[in-house]
Amino acid sequence: MSVTLTIARHELRRYFASPLAWACLGVVQLILGVVFWLLLAEFASAHDMSVQVGVAEFVGGGLFGFSTIILLLIIPLLTMRSFAEERQSGSLELLLASAAPLHAIILGKYLGMLSFLGLLLMLIAAMPLSLLLGTPLDLGLLAAGLLGLGLLMAAFSAAGLFVSSLTSQPIVAAVGSFGLLLLLWLLQVASASGGTVAQLAEYLSLLSHFEQFRRGLFDTSDLCYYLLFSASFLSLTGLRLAWERNA
Amino acid sequence: MQQDILVSASGLCRDYGRHRAVSDISLQLRRGEVLGLLGPNGAGKTTTLRMLTGCLGPSAGRVAIGGHCMQTAPEAAKTLLGYLPEIPPLHKELTVSEFLEFCARLHGLRGATVATAVSKALSACGLNTVSRQIIGSLSKGYQQRVGLAQAIVHEPPVIILDEPTVGLDPNQMRQIRTLITHLAGNHAIILSSHILSEVQAVCDRVAIMSNGRIIFDGALQTLDQTGDGPVIYLGLRRPPALRTLAEVDGVTGVEALAGYRFRLNLAKDCDPRETLAQRAAEAGWGLFELREERRSLEEIFVELTA
Repeated sequence: MSVTLTIARHELRRYFASPLAWACLGVVQLILGVVFWLLLAEFASAHDMSVQVGVAEFVGGGLFGFSTIILLLIIPLLTMRSFAEERQSGSLELLLASAAPLHAIILGKYLGMLSFLGLLLMLIAAMPLSLLLGTPLDLGLLAAGLLGLGLLMAAFSAAGLFVSSLTSQPIVAAVGSFGLLLLLWLLQVASASGGTVAQLAEYLSLLSHFEQFRRGLFDTSDLCYYLLFSASFLSLTGLRLAWERNA
Repeated sequence: MQQDILVSASGLCRDYGRHRAVSDISLQLRRGEVLGLLGPNGAGKTTTLRMLTGCLGPSAGRVAIGGHCMQTAPEAAKTLLGYLPEIPPLHKELTVSEFLEFCARLHGLRGATVATAVSKALSACGLNTVSRQIIGSLSKGYQQRVGLAQAIVHEPPVIILDEPTVGLDPNQMRQIRTLITHLAGNHAIILSSHILSEVQAVCDRVAIMSNGRIIFDGALQTLDQTGDGPVIYLGLRRPPALRTLAEVDGVTGVEALAGYRFRLNLAKDCDPRETLAQRAAEAGWGLFELREERRSLEEIFVELTA
């Protein structure tokens, strides 16, 4: 366990030692800041509309919804480093030749990634929470949305980590993860057609489960979906690395 | 004595698809031994070393480090290992000491021992002056040293170095060699190389690989006695018939060279130089050159791997 934490801490430090992390945080924060401001302006100008929507749902929910698109774009860029880039630069041998077992290496990298994304989540959360200065907020709804966003990050990272373990080309890993995530995302569109296939597509889609959280609905089945999704991809990563060692 | 065998590999094979890169390698290494693994590019050196370090699973055979089987107890086995791959595995965005600190923790060191181990490795590899610099900003030689420091930071009894001096200038090479000689005392070291002088300088045992097999494994001195015997070059102003030279005891073959010079192939453990000198003086052959030539490691290497 302590090796896992050592690797996780090291990964987090590496994120901040490279400009990539700072660029990601900066760009995401800038874009989401603009979106936040636009949502707020829209809410302020249309607050006399007939449908009753609270500020937490309108601004918070809107912001979280938009964040998912940004995460879809940046997480593949972060996960491509974890195995593909290390394999390309030869530094993966350091971990493979060490006494750390494979699962500790994968979990360590995953936890390091999640710590970084956790920070991003806090920065995102700070925006709607800043509204507390002027108005009461539905904190339960925001908490559910943030939890959903966190779970989505965990799922994206696990899938990205897996694709990263498949190749030694960082760019291929990034494009591959992006493709995989977008495909799982688009299942939502397929679910609109109706029928059994559509139901299955809806169940598998990464986004439909997030929608519930965003609307403030906490359902353990959605939670389980994300946990299972992440665990499956982490196990696949483990299988892939073990296969690479022996095949 | 059995306990002192730190590395033991038997029947190691490795297939890549249909291609057998390494076949039937068996090695044993004791504490205090420095083994040079020689071979042309593509002979399977790196594959063998990666199997020994557990980075690559063998298709057949087994590896044990300090008695721990790499297959069944990889963690115990790998704790005893320090490995410097061909490309030093560095996280170049970190400073030297940050990186070494991580390596020490990764290899299981904890608490106060981490700082001690790092400072020891820094001074052993001559890195004290650059410990606060970002690895990526260092020269190739320093990066190689950081790679070496990474391999020895946890003071493992077995150190495996894959071409440790490749790309270094002669001074840096010498420093690394000095360091390896320094470490040799109570470690078992395997280093691969295709630089023969390097192996001659630091190793007391060589294993030569060719096409995935070990074709020679023994002390450096015994390498001289493999293959053809020694050769004598003889220069005579008034040479006798070739047959006369061939009849001298211990001479197995005579070849006339340009400029009244001859090459005599000798049987093993024979030295007819005195006899030749005496005969030359008696018969007035006009002796002007008589020298024995020991084959260099390079010639033996070429002969064995060609």
